[in-house]
Amino acid sequence: MSTSSGTPESWISSFCSLLGHEYFAEVSEEFIEDDFNLTGLQNQVAMYKEALEMILDVEPEDDEDEEDEEEEDEEEVSGDGRDGRPRGERRHHSRTASDLSVIESSAELLYGLIHQRFICSRAGIQQMSEKYELGHFGVCPRTNCNQTRTLPVGLSDIPGEDTVKLFCPSCLDVYVPPNSRFQTVDGAFFGRTFGALFLLTFPEYDLSRSAAEAAANLGRSPDEQVMVNGMYWRNIAPGLGRGKIYEPKIYGFRVSEMSRSGPRMQWLRDKPDDPDVLDEARHFAEAHGTDSDADDEDDDETMNRPAGGRTSSRRRPTPHPRLSQRQRQRQNGSPMTLDANGAESEL
Amino acid sequence: MDDYATESDSDYTSYWRDWFISSRGNEYFCEIDEDYLTDRFNLTGLNTEVQYYQYALDLVTDVFDLDCDDEMREAIEKSARHLYGLVHARYIVTTRGLAKMLEKYKKADFGKCPRVMCNSHPLLPMGLSDIPNVKPAKLYCARCEDTYNPKSSRHASIDGAYFGTSFHNILFQVYPGLVPAKSIERYVPRVYGFKVHAAAALARWQDGVRDDMRRRLRRLEIESGFKDDDEDLEEVEEDDVDEDEEFQQRQQLQVAEYRRGNPAAAGSGSAPGGGDAQMGSVA
Repeated sequence: MSTSSGTPESWISSFCSLLGHEYFAEVSEEFIEDDFNLTGLQNQVAMYKEALEMILDVEPEDDEDEEDEEEEDEEEVSGDGRDGRPRGERRHHSRTASDLSVIESSAELLYGLIHQRFICSRAGIQQMSEKYELGHFGVCPRTNCNQTRTLPVGLSDIPGEDTVKLFCPSCLDVYVPPNSRFQTVDGAFFGRTFGALFLLTFPEYDLSRSAAEAAANLGRSPDEQVMVNGMYWRNIAPGLGRGKIYEPKIYGFRVSEMSRSGPRMQWLRDKPDDPDVLDEARHFAEAHGTDSDADDEDDDETMNRPAGGRTSSRRRPTPHPRLSQRQRQRQNGSPMTLDANGAESEL
Repeated sequence: MDDYATESDSDYTSYWRDWFISSRGNEYFCEIDEDYLTDRFNLTGLNTEVQYYQYALDLVTDVFDLDCDDEMREAIEKSARHLYGLVHARYIVTTRGLAKMLEKYKKADFGKCPRVMCNSHPLLPMGLSDIPNVKPAKLYCARCEDTYNPKSSRHASIDGAYFGTSFHNILFQVYPGLVPAKSIERYVPRVYGFKVHAAAALARWQDGVRDDMRRRLRRLEIESGFKDDDEDLEEVEEDDVDEDEEFQQRQQLQVAEYRRGNPAAAGSGSAPGGGDAQMGSVA
């Protein structure tokens, strides 16, 4: 049907190829067509049905064909549907120009909100990881992050509050995109969850490598496999810590902390040398003693690892009924097959 | 003037420095006073660093009148730019130089901090080395005290030694009133409203480092320069303690739940902590 309008490009792909929309993934039609994925969006978007049809390139003829299946109010919509076309071309159809521009902006909002959900789904996050590997989202401007690739994130999940920002996994900070064309892109279209979820979904990414180096293979030595709090230690803010903190100097002498203009913000870029320091749950257990035998065993066998180090104990075969129950629960719990994300121990 | 500007051969006949600082990519430089340039003391040691030193200096001070071929002129032009940069690094730490750079800083001529929590604080140019041809220029944000790469490749290719490692620190020593208020605001990675454990544990540790520093400074009666300082610090600390206690109590509860073999109950115990959790979208 859509070929009859003579536009080979779908609304989604033309939207994603617009200037400034380089960060967007192309949401698959199956995802949009599943009503479950759109739960609650009706109330957030004006002219929801029309906007949805525009996104899916549904033609007015389709409306008539499917009328028996669809609800009655479809008739009101049948004015126009050549939605895959660029804005200008659509004007001369029966629907007025102002109507169209309202629908167009509704469609953009709706697409953005679907996009926020899509990039947290398995298919979406996979697509974003391909874009990430190609360096579509730019690199961290911080000198000591060594061009670590960034991820687009929002600071709010509610549209209209803030523009898209770039999250650097190397310093766990957010930056304004360097190009001003991204200042028209709503941050809610990416959402607060995506950045952090990405790191949990792909724990194997070697973040310490820059974009150029990452093109090479991903080999690494086994001593880098230390895990703490459910993540590889080498992937927890690799751009922070000793040697990665800027030290102000005057003629080679460090500026003292006791100076009025001395360093005050080094904590923000600091990180303990020893991963064990961050293993809060284990420290807590040690400080408060343990009354369960099973827990003691765990601690002994997984001394050099976290807390979070339950991961390891779960992998080895254990007859303990409670442990295996916990294991099963974890595997079923996440659709992403994540390693432990430590969610329960975090408040 | 316009005619001269388009005709590169005649540039040197007037105001080389004007032309230099107004040309594209040189926005970070300020104009060096004639007096400073003509005082040989200020140029000590640069004759060994710069090729065609005397010609280059003549060019910079607009007294160049050597008749030479284009290739030679090109080489001298290049040396003049290098010489200007090296003198610039010395000039900007003088009283007049600092004042000129301060004006540019106030106008945000060097760009604004890309870090979201710095709210577009103006940057200062800096080098990571005082030796030429080692590291390109970087930008320093006085608010987060970190260094950033310039956005534009034109600026990223300037030699960092033309600004030096000390200038921006001297500026704030000389004008301590300009030190911006520091902020403890930070980005917290979240998944469906819940903090990510690894990042949150690191943030807690960093906050500990910061509070240690603030206590240290308070004991020495030095202003720590945080926005919510200093009368609030005690309050802040008390709050921290309260939170810690609450946290520990909750954690104890959770641990107890785990021991009773009821991880689900323990998990739900964490819900109030993630109070701003939103309804998660589902794949």
